[in-house]
Amino acid sequence: MEDLEALLAAHPFFQGLAPRFLRLIAPCAARVTFNAGQFLCHENEEAKQFFVIHHGRVAVEIYRHRGGPVTIQTLGDGDVLGWLGFLKPYHWHLDARAMELTRAVGLDVLCLLEKCQQDHELGYELLKRYAHYLAVQFRVTKLQIMDMYGK
Amino acid sequence: MKTGDRGPETGNMEMSLDALIHPAAAQPMAPRQFLVQNVRRETPDTFTLTLARPNPEEGLIFAPGQFNMLYAFGVGEAPISISGDPDRPHLLVHTIREVGNVTRALCHQKPGRAIGVRGPFGAFWPVAEAQGNDVLVVAGGLGLAPLRPAIYYLLSRRAAYGSVEIIYGARTPQDLLYRRELERWRGRFDLRVHVTVDAAPSDWKTNVGVVTALLPRARLDPFHTVAFLCGPGVMMRFTVRELLNLGLKEDRIFVSLERHMKCGLGMCGHCQLGPVFVCKDGPVFRYDRVKDWLDRREV
Ligand SMILES: Cc1cc2nc3c(=O)[nH]c(=O)nc-3n(C[C@H](O)[C@H](O)[C@H](O)COP(=O)(O)OP(=O)(O)OC[C@H]3O[C@@H](n4cnc5c(N)ncnc54)[C@H](O)[C@@H]3O)c2cc1C
Ligand code: FES
Repeated sequence: MEDLEALLAAHPFFQGLAPRFLRLIAPCAARVTFNAGQFLCHENEEAKQFFVIHHGRVAVEIYRHRGGPVTIQTLGDGDVLGWLGFLKPYHWHLDARAMELTRAVGLDVLCLLEKCQQDHELGYELLKRYAHYLAVQFRVTKLQIMDMYGK
Repeated sequence: MKTGDRGPETGNMEMSLDALIHPAAAQPMAPRQFLVQNVRRETPDTFTLTLARPNPEEGLIFAPGQFNMLYAFGVGEAPISISGDPDRPHLLVHTIREVGNVTRALCHQKPGRAIGVRGPFGAFWPVAEAQGNDVLVVAGGLGLAPLRPAIYYLLSRRAAYGSVEIIYGARTPQDLLYRRELERWRGRFDLRVHVTVDAAPSDWKTNVGVVTALLPRARLDPFHTVAFLCGPGVMMRFTVRELLNLGLKEDRIFVSLERHMKCGLGMCGHCQLGPVFVCKDGPVFRYDRVKDWLDRREV
């Protein structure tokens, strides 16, 4: 459990989170490893885990029925995947595939929500991080769709 | 430049006359004839032209970041950055995207045809002054072309710099310039290269996302890093913002700007940006010198 706390503490998403909160969420955490080509999640599946990526590279893909999968983002060391899983209904809206050996901590979403419900201070800390992450995602998505490199 | 000091100045003709021969000085408005040696398609609308003087002994000495006015005879002239190796001045290399009459005429030249060249013009990347520092190169789209001479320069004097890192973004994998060269650079142990595109098919092996998203991954020591940026205005604006967030000072960031040009000599005023002429005082500027003018919509 302690090594999981240390792993989470070292991740940018949880940077600065007080040790007591890390202790609270550690029981929701498990180490997960994905080999190249393995999927972390599939669209429409129930979103049970929130992934805190420590090492590797993950392609976030949208499947087009005529055109096949298209990669819209890659994630790597220091990123998280599955923050939308916190919103009901808890379903993935994307596929995510490990492009190389990827190591992460998987946090059980329901367990995490329950902890936040029990301790609102923890909930607020996670909400701040979630909001920051969301803001960054919005910013980069806006740049990405505007065809920044166009003529 | 001592590490941790203020950032270097851009290279400037007056400062470095002994290092450069300035062919434009004698007859700056008269183009010299160069022959097209090779035309290479980089992307569906972008071509790299290699030019040489009819007398192969004559070259064109330039500094990384400078540009030439290229003249497609009978059509017109356009400012185009030099994208070749400054240590091989006998070959003049330009990478050109077809956007209008002049660039289209230039891109559709055949080997053996003549092109007029005036230059080299402008201030350059402060590659010599950056020695002893880490160098971060951030390029977007066609912006890799004016940066490539700086990369050649850094790599041929690799021991003089700390870490060297290149971040390059384009719209799709098909829009990347110099793909084979990028592969070679990625294979080097003394260079970190991150390539990213906005969207890619699932067999794409590297990053997808905007260049700014990769900046936090750069091993950046803000007190010892000099950053060279070139790409579309929006990309540079957001990249500068992110670099400042990461602790880099404004005087350690250099940007290459584009404006419409006519004379290339600081005489006609076409390229004026506030108090500076991009052709003469730039196109490479230290960010703090132009920041007040970059985001103004009315200039
Ligand atoms: C210092 C400098 C270095 C440059 N280096 C390169 C290079 O390495 N490779 C390259 O392909 N191009 C480069 N350019 C841009 C190039 O000069 C223009 O694309 C070219 O002048 C367009 O001429 P045209 O007759 O083909 O098109 P035009 O018919 O003149 O223009 C076609 C379209 O491009 C726009 N345009 C024209 N000039 C510019 C400009 N300077 N900035 C932004 N938009 C413009 C016009 O508004 C129009 O929408 C550089 C420009 C500058 C100032
Ligand atoms: S192009 Fe004439 S002053 Fe710059």
